[in-house]
Amino acid sequence: MEATVTTESNEKVWGGGNEPLKASYGKMMMWFFIVSDALTFSGFLVAYGFSRFKFIEIWPIADEVFTHVPFFHGNYPMYYVAFMTFILITSSVTMVLAVDAGHKMNKTRVTWYMFATIIGGLIFVGSQAWEWATFIKGDYGAVETKGGNILQFVNADNGKRIALKDFAATIPGERERLERKDAYWFQSEGTLPSFTVNEVIEGVKTHPNVLVKTAYFDESGHKKQVLSREESLEALKDARLVVEGANLTRNEYGHPLFADFFFFITGFHGFHVFSGIVINIIIFFNVIIGTYERRGHYEMVEKVGLYWHFVDLVWVFVFTFFYLV
Amino acid sequence: MAHDNHKLAIFRGTLKFKSNVQKIWGVLILLSIITAIEVALGIVRPEWSLSKVLGMKLLNWIFIILTIVKAYYIAWDFMHLRDEKAGFKWSLVLPLVILIPYLVFILLVEGDYIYEVYKDGFVTWNF
Repeated sequence: MEATVTTESNEKVWGGGNEPLKASYGKMMMWFFIVSDALTFSGFLVAYGFSRFKFIEIWPIADEVFTHVPFFHGNYPMYYVAFMTFILITSSVTMVLAVDAGHKMNKTRVTWYMFATIIGGLIFVGSQAWEWATFIKGDYGAVETKGGNILQFVNADNGKRIALKDFAATIPGERERLERKDAYWFQSEGTLPSFTVNEVIEGVKTHPNVLVKTAYFDESGHKKQVLSREESLEALKDARLVVEGANLTRNEYGHPLFADFFFFITGFHGFHVFSGIVINIIIFFNVIIGTYERRGHYEMVEKVGLYWHFVDLVWVFVFTFFYLV
Repeated sequence: MAHDNHKLAIFRGTLKFKSNVQKIWGVLILLSIITAIEVALGIVRPEWSLSKVLGMKLLNWIFIILTIVKAYYIAWDFMHLRDEKAGFKWSLVLPLVILIPYLVFILLVEGDYIYEVYKDGFVTWNF
């Protein structure tokens, strides 16, 4: 490593005496990693922006997608995400307090602040996992047209969405299940939606208060268009599939790309949080057994702290571009 | 450790703190207030904020600016960039503030262009 540097003294370049920019080797490399990771994340978020601008008039409204709070029923847009953001910022604070206690060589305080940080991180990934589960499960159901547009159903009286199970008709029919023993290459069958397209269409016909809500924005530009009764029945003629919940190919809340980017970007961020927690735990035990006390400095806590703040920093942007804008 | 002498003032010196720990809590309060404002605006979506400014809703500009303010305080105070040598600080920040807006500009303009092509009917996707 020292080969490229010619110094008259024999001391190691990174040994502490000759630090360019007054930053140690490890800290500088952590920063350079963070810069490259920041560019990676911005690439993902900008790709999201690209797809959104491409499908700007049929992009889902986040307020209508993330409306759940654990243990509560009802419509609470944004509250839970705001709570998650607060948890992550707070864990960032306990981390920086741990770094500060490290500067003062206070082992007990470093231990407790590291512990708090780990707990905060666990609450955050847990919440994220719960949010994924809710999103995958979906709550109302919708139909997809031949052209790939999503048609949702609302109550004509109050404009709120209604679930398929509240109006879909039951049409008895026979369906023979294909099994592995009947075919050579057949492996298994995917999950079937709870209703067939015909049952949904018949249900709309017999319930006069059901209207179709399209993926397009109305004249105001910030609400989705609700069709009249005749237009609704007309639009349903193109219905091809019943969609419940969200996955990588279908999304009952709107354009499938919305779900793709949501899973990919929050998943990639969640993986960063997960690695951060693992690294924090390792450093936490090193603090307990006194490694840094013997080393004479707590710089390792500072380095892992930089990583943890970076995770928080990325979340600030993910929060804005997925849930707010 | 090299940085026991922290810079303890934020808002260009308007708000000074007695110790580093105090400054950390001060920054947490600031970040929480900003987040609360963002969430409140996101839920209420007041009428005045929905007008278009430079091709985007005013509300979205407010969100983006507040986000950058938050990012600034996280990087400057939690990641203590404020205390680093200027050369080091800018070698990290400048590549990001040059490359990211450049990428955003190119891809968003391109996305909007493709939208226009679809909309003007050369290609249809609702059949």
